[in-house]
Amino acid sequence: MPPKSKNSVAIERKRSRRDQDDLTDTAEAAEQDDWMQAKALVKPDDQLELTEAELKEEFTRILTANNPHAPQNIVRYSFKERQFKQTSSVDQLAVHFSMDGNLLHKDSEEARRQMNRTERQSVVKEEPTESGEPEAAAASTAAVEEVTEEGGAEGEVKDDGGEEGAATASKGAKAKSEKKLTNQFNYSERASQTYNNPFRDRGTVTEPPPRASFSSNVTQWEIYDAYQEDFEKQEKTKEKKVPGRKEEGKTKKKFTMSESSSDDISRVETAAKIVERMVNQNTYDDIAQDFKYWEDVSDEYRDQEGTLLPLWKFTFEKAKKLAITSVCWSPMYRDLYAVSCGSYDFMKQGSGLIIFWTLKNPSFPECYFETDSGVMCLDIHPQHPHLICAGFYDGSVAVFSAVERKEGPIYRCTAKNGKHTDPVWQVRWQKDDADNNMNFYSISSDGRICLWTILKNEMIFQDVIRLLLPDVPAEGPDGIKVPTTGSGTAFDFHQQKDYLFLVGTEEGKVHICSKAYTSHFIDTINAHNMAVYKVCWNRFHPRIFITCSADWTVKIWEMRDTLEKKNENESRKPLFSFDLNNCVGDVAWAPYSSTVFAAVTSDGKAFVYDLNVNKYEPLCEQMVAQKKKTKLTHVDFNPTYPMLIVGDDRGSVISLKLSPNLRKMKAEKKGAPPPDEATKIQREIEKLEKILSMVREQPTEATHS
Amino acid sequence: MAEVTEEKKADADLKRVHTYPLIRHSDMNDEMKTEAMELCVTACEKFASNNENAAKMIKDTMDKKFGASWHAVVGEGYGFEITHEVKNLLYMFFGGNMAIILWKCS
Repeated sequence: MPPKSKNSVAIERKRSRRDQDDLTDTAEAAEQDDWMQAKALVKPDDQLELTEAELKEEFTRILTANNPHAPQNIVRYSFKERQFKQTSSVDQLAVHFSMDGNLLHKDSEEARRQMNRTERQSVVKEEPTESGEPEAAAASTAAVEEVTEEGGAEGEVKDDGGEEGAATASKGAKAKSEKKLTNQFNYSERASQTYNNPFRDRGTVTEPPPRASFSSNVTQWEIYDAYQEDFEKQEKTKEKKVPGRKEEGKTKKKFTMSESSSDDISRVETAAKIVERMVNQNTYDDIAQDFKYWEDVSDEYRDQEGTLLPLWKFTFEKAKKLAITSVCWSPMYRDLYAVSCGSYDFMKQGSGLIIFWTLKNPSFPECYFETDSGVMCLDIHPQHPHLICAGFYDGSVAVFSAVERKEGPIYRCTAKNGKHTDPVWQVRWQKDDADNNMNFYSISSDGRICLWTILKNEMIFQDVIRLLLPDVPAEGPDGIKVPTTGSGTAFDFHQQKDYLFLVGTEEGKVHICSKAYTSHFIDTINAHNMAVYKVCWNRFHPRIFITCSADWTVKIWEMRDTLEKKNENESRKPLFSFDLNNCVGDVAWAPYSSTVFAAVTSDGKAFVYDLNVNKYEPLCEQMVAQKKKTKLTHVDFNPTYPMLIVGDDRGSVISLKLSPNLRKMKAEKKGAPPPDEATKIQREIEKLEKILSMVREQPTEATHS
Repeated sequence: MAEVTEEKKADADLKRVHTYPLIRHSDMNDEMKTEAMELCVTACEKFASNNENAAKMIKDTMDKKFGASWHAVVGEGYGFEITHEVKNLLYMFFGGNMAIILWKCS
């Protein structure tokens, strides 16, 4: 068949061209010749001659998968049905031609062996001829190889048989790639036994648990006595509980605080408090250093004047809108003080606060009480420093205890039991009375001065004095004469003569009163033109007291003997009068000197005077308030440290250190023993007396001008 | 406390009967002490007329709770001299006429 032969020739050609690239143009020409020859049709001799019509005739042949030679009627015996049955499935397969193949699977063992062989050959071939390489490469890369080629390769191996050395070299490479098998005939497993350690005994003796001996006798009378003893003890503690409140001072305060509360937060309270203190100590370290050690060196160059160094400033969020209405140092702890917060503004009354501050923690109060009415004054009990009495704007008075973890007061008066009808301006603890009951006085602008006595469960009151204005009885609504009452604003009790006390009123009068007389005053002075804000006995001199007022003045007075008073009744003049150019909110004598006092004014200034140094001018006049409109309301000296605290009407308290010039003391003679308390007081009195004598000598001239 | 109020009422009466447990001597820690005391009270109340059973109950319970070898004596009158392991002794009165000594010693 011509096309087939042509194809086979073409394949042959292609192969030969692939094999030998150097045979070129001549082969091309031969192909041309083949093409030409293909046109000549060759017919077999015995081919039937057919006509055109016969040729065009179509014979339809259908190809089926059935084997035409397969028998249709195979019958087999079925044992199941015990009869001959025709089988339905007939083998339709007819084999026309079969030939054994010589293809190998790539992964089979034989193929691998063959591949190794060809590899070896390629190595061998590489050496002699360069031209043989492509064929070898082709052979090695082919996955499946024809047997004919293999045969050829074998022949080649035989040819190259002489070069055994090269073949063995390639064997090494073959061994490397194959996994080494263990020799199953010469194989032994090894085992060994370890050495057994000999046993050894070792023992120790521990100390027996500690023991103790105990012996006693049990008898009925012993049991009875023990119970009796315990019972008495219980009775005693029960008794103690009532007066015990007085006895347990502040030392027990922290203890009970941590003890009484058992919830989670309060369990860490003590620890938290310590940490808080530590943090504050770090934060305010520079201030603490100033407080302790810094002295204003410039004082040496100013001969008289002194300065106030601002130390800590105490502010509390809840007190921001309230004014400080009184300040009071704790008589027991030198770093603790209490302030009361309220409002002086009639129109803006609201809640109040009592705050305990300590110098050790300026960032948060040690303890505070919130009240529904503004607190106008407070006083800490001198013997029981956890007890505070306070007066409110609504006229009531109350006693708080810093020890008891109670929100409110422990005692508070109501409208039923003697509450004042006007704001209470000052309260002051007194010595315990004859029955050892605590008591305190209060003064209010309703004109009453009340004595409050604290009994076991209640607080009873007693009017001590009513401030009456005898001269001008007012007209009542229906024409009755109603005696007008004066309104007290301040009082102070004499330190030695405990019956004697001073009362300052809104009318500017100062009454010297005695607890013994409820209806009349020992003496009355028209001290000021406006309300007296503070009266204060000198801490050393028994007859000297100071007053300050809204009429911008601070005055120092001497209490006169009754006889003298009668001689010149109305013409009482102060020993000293100082004009501070603004409303004087508070004045306080220094604890260390009879001649030093401090005053604060509504324009934010603090004044410190020392009469011993300058009788007319302050040693120090300093702007303390940080904002312009802030008024200073109260001042108090620390009993031991050279510092004072100043409260303002924005709820903050500023502590100030007195520079050396403000606390100059009379130089002690060298070598002399330090004076005892009595001589110190005597000296202070003498000092003041000396100054007073100078003033007294020309009283009329000085004051009339 | 109930005893306290009771005592108040009978303040004048000298022949009052004290019924509360009274610890005479103990070196136990507080937790153990309270537990032991409560146990003694329970036992004495349960076996009010039989001290032996009360002692047995105290001993058994203590053995269970705090390890073996406890000893207990319950009675109205006796003398004793004992050796005990430190921190494991309780000597208490109860009910006005009963003394209980409880100790551990192995």
